[in-house]
Amino acid sequence: MTIHFTVNGRAVSVDGDPSRPLLWVLRETLQLTGTKFGCGAAQCGACTVHVDGRARRSCVLPVLSLEGTAVTTIEGLAGEVGDALVRAWTELDVPQCGWCQTGQIMSAAALLSERREPSDAEIDVGMSGNACRCATYVRIRKAIHRASALLKGGAR
Amino acid sequence: MTSPTFSRRELLRLGAAAGGGLLVALQLPVSARALMGAPVDAFVPNAFVRVARDGAVTVIVNKAEMGQGVLTSLCMQLAEELDADWSRVHGEFAPVDPVYAHPGYGIQMTGGSTSTLGMGEPMRRAGAAARAVLVDAAAMRWGVPASECSTAVGRVLHAASGRALDYGELVDDAATLPVPADVPLKDPARFTLVGKPTHRLDTPDKVAGRAVFGLDVDLPGMRVALVAHPPTFGGRAKSFDAGAALAIPGVERVFDVGSGVAVVADGFWAAKRGRDALVIEWDEGPNASLSSDELAARYLELARTPSDLVARRDGDAEAALASAHDTYTVEYELPYLAHAPMEPLNCVVDLRADAMELWIGTQFQTLDHAAAAATAGLPPDEVRLHSTFLGGGFGRRANPVSDYVVEAVKVAKGTGAPIKLMWTREDDTRGGYYRPMWTSRLRAGLDADGALVAWAHTIVGQSFIKGTPFEGFIIHDGIDGTSVEGAEDLPYAIPNVRVDLHTTDVAVPTLWWRSVGHSHTAFVVESFLDELAHASHRDPLALRRELLVGHDRHLGVLERAAQEAGWGTPPQPGHARGLAVHFSFESYVAMVFEVAAVDGRVRPVKVDVAVDCGRMVNPDTIRAQLEGAVGFGLTATLYSAITLKDGRVEQGNFHDYKLLRVHEMPEVRVHLVASDAPSTGIGEPGVPPVAPAFCNALFALTGRRVRRLPLRDEDLRA
Repeated sequence: MTIHFTVNGRAVSVDGDPSRPLLWVLRETLQLTGTKFGCGAAQCGACTVHVDGRARRSCVLPVLSLEGTAVTTIEGLAGEVGDALVRAWTELDVPQCGWCQTGQIMSAAALLSERREPSDAEIDVGMSGNACRCATYVRIRKAIHRASALLKGGAR
Repeated sequence: MTSPTFSRRELLRLGAAAGGGLLVALQLPVSARALMGAPVDAFVPNAFVRVARDGAVTVIVNKAEMGQGVLTSLCMQLAEELDADWSRVHGEFAPVDPVYAHPGYGIQMTGGSTSTLGMGEPMRRAGAAARAVLVDAAAMRWGVPASECSTAVGRVLHAASGRALDYGELVDDAATLPVPADVPLKDPARFTLVGKPTHRLDTPDKVAGRAVFGLDVDLPGMRVALVAHPPTFGGRAKSFDAGAALAIPGVERVFDVGSGVAVVADGFWAAKRGRDALVIEWDEGPNASLSSDELAARYLELARTPSDLVARRDGDAEAALASAHDTYTVEYELPYLAHAPMEPLNCVVDLRADAMELWIGTQFQTLDHAAAAATAGLPPDEVRLHSTFLGGGFGRRANPVSDYVVEAVKVAKGTGAPIKLMWTREDDTRGGYYRPMWTSRLRAGLDADGALVAWAHTIVGQSFIKGTPFEGFIIHDGIDGTSVEGAEDLPYAIPNVRVDLHTTDVAVPTLWWRSVGHSHTAFVVESFLDELAHASHRDPLALRRELLVGHDRHLGVLERAAQEAGWGTPPQPGHARGLAVHFSFESYVAMVFEVAAVDGRVRPVKVDVAVDCGRMVNPDTIRAQLEGAVGFGLTATLYSAITLKDGRVEQGNFHDYKLLRVHEMPEVRVHLVASDAPSTGIGEPGVPPVAPAFCNALFALTGRRVRRLPLRDEDLRA
């Protein structure tokens, strides 16, 4: 059984075990290791990618469910929201160990795509699925607000 | 993160003595030169820096970058003395070589928040030596005295003639010149980089997902291995049926590696399904009835009799207690804790007939390298270890017995192809090497005027130092320094003090966990002092002030945090504050925590943190480490416990070993106290004050004293 979808705009065909989660297709088959493994149970968000624009936990997403979808990973994050987030994350030196950060950024991108100016409460809801053992949360929150300001064009 | 109380102090003295001892380490041995491959297009004055013909400066970093920012701060210190162009500086992880050993321990390792303390000056000396040679090379080229030349932003300048040369243009000349053994260092007043908030060198790669961690390493033909571990500590596989596992497409081999049964497959998912399908009959071994509840009861019983192993004895605490006007006796209990780094444990091994390469994010290069070589049966010279970034360490990647490294090499021996050993989250949570469970019993005596005249503290818990190469450094007269640190050095002026220790023998593997002994002693000491302040109707800040006379650096951070938090002014209705101050890893941290009752629950709102860690290298890293420490400490305060029942760990993943999330994170305000003292630790010292400051605030709000972590639901009712 072959599943067809795109990853970062590139057509991908995957054979073999249809229960295999997307995370391992990305990391092992496509060598896209920016998407991380943290829990294997949708508990930590380190593996967050976008499927048709929505944030999903790739560690529990069987490849079977992906037929015809468009997957975006950190390596393919582009556009104004992605650029603003990368810039804000860099300006504020958000990462410490860094393992969870690409997942954080992908969740933040999904949030900002829906809400250009999220409130703290909306950040809480949008980001509480992403754990950070280094607890960089102070800067994650700041960086989302900063990216939002960059998107508005007001805070350059 | 290791915490060798005694040798940390030796290290300080070593650093102060500077010169001789440390300089010897900077002479490049043949082995390191060979490992570096002596690039022909670079100037390599010592083991810590290369300058390339294009002017790029590569700093060789002998420490593990696990989030604490050491890659950047060590590069900053070398670049400062080199007068390098910071935009052309990058760091590279060192190979395993004696030249990269920790100056205190003689092995290559990262822990005890000692990197800046131990390596700051050697890095500066390496940069200064390189700079001196580049100046000599330019002076010779120009035919002027070196004393007329200066350096700035990666160039040598001759002001009198207006000439300048980029370091890159001097590489070939410099490579032929002798490297001076002793070069004066800059007066810190002239620093242009060190002490300034500086962007981390690893941020761009981490944000882009390009940074390579151990789990990201891929080799041609590499297989993925998972190991089914016994359900009990000390158990092993009696027999197993691999039939169903081997029937899964992609599963190639199943075999016993001693620590469990390995499943080798063409990828993670097949290995996981294969492991799930294994049928194993376990010999559960001697620990199949271990129970943390029973252990806690046993610890309490032990704590009720002071031990003969006395870590601190001032005056006569027993006599002073007997004659005190008022006495207070309390018992504090803390659980086993898992480190739970976000990147699960892993190790990549390429084992060939006569050589081996390993890729691993490790805090313990020397020990992992030696253990891997011994397991493979290869001479150490034939084993190369490549250090990667660490997706969190917190001490778990500093295991003297190299548990998962040895396991990985055993898997490689049975595979015949490069392998990546992976631990799942459940493997990590249940795999042992926890922060020990601790129980403390404290007794205090006050005289008729309410003055604190006696303090007796009995500590009960395991030693993870016993039987390791660190024993000689850390265990003295039978007392493990990591068990009593933060208690035996009680800073408060109390005339009669006794701190003693019962070291228990329990089969649960334990290890240092970010802030080590301080992770339990600060909670106990700072909570009990708060209890005594309230019991004697004194303000917790006033009591500490009184008892800390002469401890200027404790007082410095305490006053700063109190002032910034508005201590003494009434908090908002429904809010309350608590404070704590603690010295660890040669640094001082005070916190004032503000909590509030929200919807019937006590919530963390804000914390003012004041820190004195000596002369600051990268102030922004200091801020980041303290912000993170608040969240790390709150996680332990609110959620973390590893418990055992029938010999089995009851937790497995983040649903039952919870981490704090963004919505629970308080506002953190970090206040940096300026200091000219030596630069000291920052990775760990922020953790210890969090639990007591929070629980003291909780008491101020609710009148409820919590003496057991993590907090239970009923503790947080408001």
